[in-house]
Amino acid sequence: MQKSIKKYFPIFALPTLVAFTIGFLVPFIMGIYLSFCKFTTVTDAKFVGISNYLKIFTDKTFIHALWYTALFTIVSVVLINVLAFAIAMLLTKGISGTNVFRTVFFMPNLIGGIVLGYTWQLLLNGILAHFQKTLTYSSTYGFWGLVILMCWQQIGYMMIIYIAGIQNIPGELIEAAKIDGATSGQILKNVTIPMVMPSITICTFLTLTNGFKLFDQNLALTNGEPSNMSELLALNIFNTFYGRTGWEGVGQAKAVIFFILVAIIAVIQMRLTRDKEVQQ
Amino acid sequence: MKRKLVSLMLVAAMAVSMLAGCGNSNGKTSNSGGKKDASSEGTVYFLNFKPEQADQWKELAEKYTDETGVPVTVETAASGTYESTLKSEMAKDEAPTLFQVNGPVGLASWKDYCYDLKDSDLYSQLKSDDFALKSDDGQVLGIAYVIETYGIIYNKALVADYCALDGAKISDASEINSFDKLKEVADDMQARKDELGINGAFTSAGMDSSSDWRFKTHLANLPIYYEYKADGIESTDAIKGTYLDNYKNIWDLYITDSTIEPTMLSSATGEDAAAEFAMGEAVFYQNGTWAYNDIKDNEVDDDDMGMLPIYIGVDGEENQGLCTGSENYWCVNKKASEEDIKATLDFINWVMTSDEGCEFVRDELQFVTPFKSMDDYLPENPLVKAANEYVDDGKESVAWCFTTMPSEEWKNGVGSALLEYAQGTGNWDAVKTAFVDGWASEYAAANK
Repeated sequence: MQKSIKKYFPIFALPTLVAFTIGFLVPFIMGIYLSFCKFTTVTDAKFVGISNYLKIFTDKTFIHALWYTALFTIVSVVLINVLAFAIAMLLTKGISGTNVFRTVFFMPNLIGGIVLGYTWQLLLNGILAHFQKTLTYSSTYGFWGLVILMCWQQIGYMMIIYIAGIQNIPGELIEAAKIDGATSGQILKNVTIPMVMPSITICTFLTLTNGFKLFDQNLALTNGEPSNMSELLALNIFNTFYGRTGWEGVGQAKAVIFFILVAIIAVIQMRLTRDKEVQQ
Repeated sequence: MKRKLVSLMLVAAMAVSMLAGCGNSNGKTSNSGGKKDASSEGTVYFLNFKPEQADQWKELAEKYTDETGVPVTVETAASGTYESTLKSEMAKDEAPTLFQVNGPVGLASWKDYCYDLKDSDLYSQLKSDDFALKSDDGQVLGIAYVIETYGIIYNKALVADYCALDGAKISDASEINSFDKLKEVADDMQARKDELGINGAFTSAGMDSSSDWRFKTHLANLPIYYEYKADGIESTDAIKGTYLDNYKNIWDLYITDSTIEPTMLSSATGEDAAAEFAMGEAVFYQNGTWAYNDIKDNEVDDDDMGMLPIYIGVDGEENQGLCTGSENYWCVNKKASEEDIKATLDFINWVMTSDEGCEFVRDELQFVTPFKSMDDYLPENPLVKAANEYVDDGKESVAWCFTTMPSEEWKNGVGSALLEYAQGTGNWDAVKTAFVDGWASEYAAANK
């Protein structure tokens, strides 16, 4: 077996490796190079040094998008995880119809972001129309619209991960706690949560990065309106690259900064939550 | 042994699926397979700007291919995405051979890609150099292929209904010849909308991206035109905003005498406005000759479509005509192969000079063009007719000064400020700032 794995390793790994190189490594390196260039089309670039990076900070929309994204990520991470965990707890209690509920909650995940964005735009605008407002009336509306959308889409997925975690907790641990006279609140705090810490790590990681690099939903729901005030970072980068003549390189530079930022946050978060995981 | 067989099969299956995945990548379907062998003659790839005419251009391309055997590919960018589509298409090996820019400002970013059209047959057909984009050293980089006109399209039947009412402010549409009169009539119509069976005097001034250009670009043209005229200039690095109060007046009129509340504007689309006009729910609709396809064959008969100049309350505007110009300039990609360039030049020449091409341009595309060869081919578009009447009456056409707006970013800034003012979340000073200060800073940024 070991031998055949070795033998077939290149055949199985090569396609993925090639795809990874073409689809990820090459564009990534090209992207970094382009962030130091001035260009109209990507095949025809002129090196200009770091002036693109200096321009970023004269762009008010970028700073705004940065704060807006940070706020959005915090709110959505907290809401999604708390709600997903609560639903997971409910659906592991053995109430009837559990499977139906799990399926229903998971379903929104199967729909693509753009479609979801337009669907929710119609829904929310339909409701807001009663108050003679629309989703793009102000960035606050767009913000909460986006939070609702993301919760609806992601809670089901995180719920599945939490359910798996909760079901893995050995029954005797909870039984022992009960015999020792722990209340259900104490069981939750001292047994369940420490035991599902690996799931929490995964879920916070996923929601955190999803929140930070959100694009489709933002584009479809508000497209940054009004006045780029509901623009998240990814959309801001896209709009800088495609929307402003002569700013293509700046968009590219923003993308590099964006990458570094997401990478740093993800690493810090992994470190923090991994410390709290317990071995069984 | 069995296991080995299974793994071999797996490998084979994977390899096949990978190859299948690659095999589909020659996606674009060109209309090849004509009568002659076209391989040596080059191909044409036109990136079309006008989504409303996507199908017509494809049809025209097919006709050309049938006749000459030269494959012509037409791709159309979705509304509002032309620049971004062009940017990514141009980076490809098979880049568009024919594309378009929207005027001097658009040309600035693409001039390195523009072939000199001075010796082309099409340029020799051009009636006036006003319709060509030239570089500083006299190269012809772009040729306008359509002349368009915009103004306030109105429903003649509804205006007649209004005139028949007791105490109507006018007795005939021709009496509307100034902003004051327009406002008086629109206000009165709005107040008596139930009597007229309409939802508002003006269609919704939607600020969705499918519609906001009507105001941040086309409507903003008027204060710029009058300022240029007063100062005797054709472009500027710093606008003064002399006529901004007039801009405010007309914008106030649009959002007050409207079919919807101003707070709903941000999501109202271009289709909304077209539908409101086409269904007879509103009387006035600011748009141009190109909108005919969107509003024809509905409640409003062709004979009932008229056009009014956009009056903004400037002295002597009784003599003002409609806004006529072009922001559609054809450019040929200099970086394409020589055969492709030649094929492209032949194609555009065929479109505008051959009988078949001219007929198609007249009947299907409904273009008014600046070419001599097209003189006998004028489209049956009631809006074009209305536009011509103004010219025949000796009214002074308003030039399309908006092609000198410094950047898209400037337009977006003005658009956002207009929207916030309309919603009540911002004030008019923000529009002034975006208009005047934005112009200076964007001009400086674009011309560094």
